[in-house]
Amino acid sequence: MTLTVEDLVSVAPAVGINAVSKAYGRGPDAVRALDRVSLDVRAGEFVCLVGASGCGKTTLLNLVAGLDSPTLGTIDTGGRRTGLMFQEAALFPWLTAGANVELALELRGVRSRTERREQAAELLERVHLRGAADQRPHELSGGMRQRVALARALAQDAEVLLMDEPFGALDAMTRDLLHDELERLWSTTGLTVVFVTHNVREAARLGDRIVLLTSRPGRVAASYDVDIPRPRRIESREVAALAADVTDRLRSEVRRHGH
Amino acid sequence: MAIDSRLLEEELAGLDALDLEEDKPVDRLAKVWSALWPKLAAVFLAVAAWQLTVWSHWRPEYVLPSPVRVLGQLGNLLGEGEFYRAIAITLRRALTGYALAVLVGTLVGASVARVRPLRTAVGSLITGLQTMPSIAWFPLAILLFQLSESAILFVVVLGAAPSIANGLIAGVDHVPPLLLRAGRVLGASGLRLYRHVILPASLPSFVAGLKQGWAFAWRSLMAGELLVILANRPSIGARLQFARELSDAPALLALMIVVLLIGIVVDGVFNQVDGHIRRRRGLTAGA
Repeated sequence: MTLTVEDLVSVAPAVGINAVSKAYGRGPDAVRALDRVSLDVRAGEFVCLVGASGCGKTTLLNLVAGLDSPTLGTIDTGGRRTGLMFQEAALFPWLTAGANVELALELRGVRSRTERREQAAELLERVHLRGAADQRPHELSGGMRQRVALARALAQDAEVLLMDEPFGALDAMTRDLLHDELERLWSTTGLTVVFVTHNVREAARLGDRIVLLTSRPGRVAASYDVDIPRPRRIESREVAALAADVTDRLRSEVRRHGH
Repeated sequence: MAIDSRLLEEELAGLDALDLEEDKPVDRLAKVWSALWPKLAAVFLAVAAWQLTVWSHWRPEYVLPSPVRVLGQLGNLLGEGEFYRAIAITLRRALTGYALAVLVGTLVGASVARVRPLRTAVGSLITGLQTMPSIAWFPLAILLFQLSESAILFVVVLGAAPSIANGLIAGVDHVPPLLLRAGRVLGASGLRLYRHVILPASLPSFVAGLKQGWAFAWRSLMAGELLVILANRPSIGARLQFARELSDAPALLALMIVVLLIGIVVDGVFNQVDGHIRRRRGLTAGA
């Protein structure tokens, strides 16, 4: 079989992180947040980054999102749009849920107002929030706000969705449902997802791959392919077994900092 | 097996319904009454204290008249055409001065909040101006503009603009960093970040500045009208001054009540706007 141009294109990673280092400040007092991190994320892949505090995960996501630039190394997203979601929904409190999504569309360059309205309604529908368009963020529950934030990130028409502990502040029941929701959206849209979490089980539940980062500075310590068939349940034995493995490794990393 | 989308939708809808609070029935009458009675009680107590002081003969009746006499005088005033002309002149001055102060304050505030060297240069000066009693400006104002409308306007603007500028600066300074980050992620930068994120986020603080600015404008105006009395321009302040010169205590007190009432009414309008913004953003307790 010969490789065609299409094959080569699909082989190129959606996000190529090449020997990226990031330091804040200069000289001996500089804080090294990331140290030669290399990571390729395939198009359509769901990668979970796990690490203890200080593993530079927020720094890494900021770099991929283009909010900051690396001290050394390169990041290549092949011109793909990136969307970023935080632990807090970070919705604008002066706008309704619908208007929050519409603003994302407007900033992306959707000119027509009616088009924005229609697309926003569609996006809210996709996260099962059809009826919430006219409500204000404070009138929604935490889980609903996070879904509006997801709709807003989707409104950016991003091919790469970066998620910074997006479900960390939610209760277990809501988180569980949102895992299903995210998995469904991801599997139907072909999004590439980079998902940062402290929660190893969550990573095993969601990821195609789990990448473990060390702390201070952040380095790639290990990578686990997750072969558990989907749809998965966070309670399943396979998820638990993998999570135990990853946790052991994570703890041994954390122990290094105890001396 | 794919994820059962319908089941998931039902579960999410169920959880959403459980998460949201049920609307509690509101008894409007009870709400109005609970807001009203403390105010009525306070007015009653104040009037009672006043009446008791009169009864104690601490000062003779022609210096400190009773509430009933003052209210009677207030009634007379309300029947007088000249009185409304005075109110109109005073309010027109207040509105012109305030509008100018809003313009100046907003421009200065926006530039100082945005340009760092400017902030270092005049940031503390603005706060300094805010603490300066407006009456201290009048000698200069009168030198610059003689006894004229401009002299009054000058002091009103100087009194109100710093508060308005400071409100805007504080608002811009305290935009939650997370919202700024969210705005940048969505692709807003420069002026668009200002328009879509920074300005709306600083609105509550700006309104607080506007409200404080009004209070300063009103005070400066009253001080100005006592000092700068123009022929054929009856104003509340001028009438207050005449009442003192004629030792007409009931008229003097009646006019003071009018000054107080106008202040309270305008403050009420600002509170309504402020409350509306806060409710929409979920910033009020128990909203």
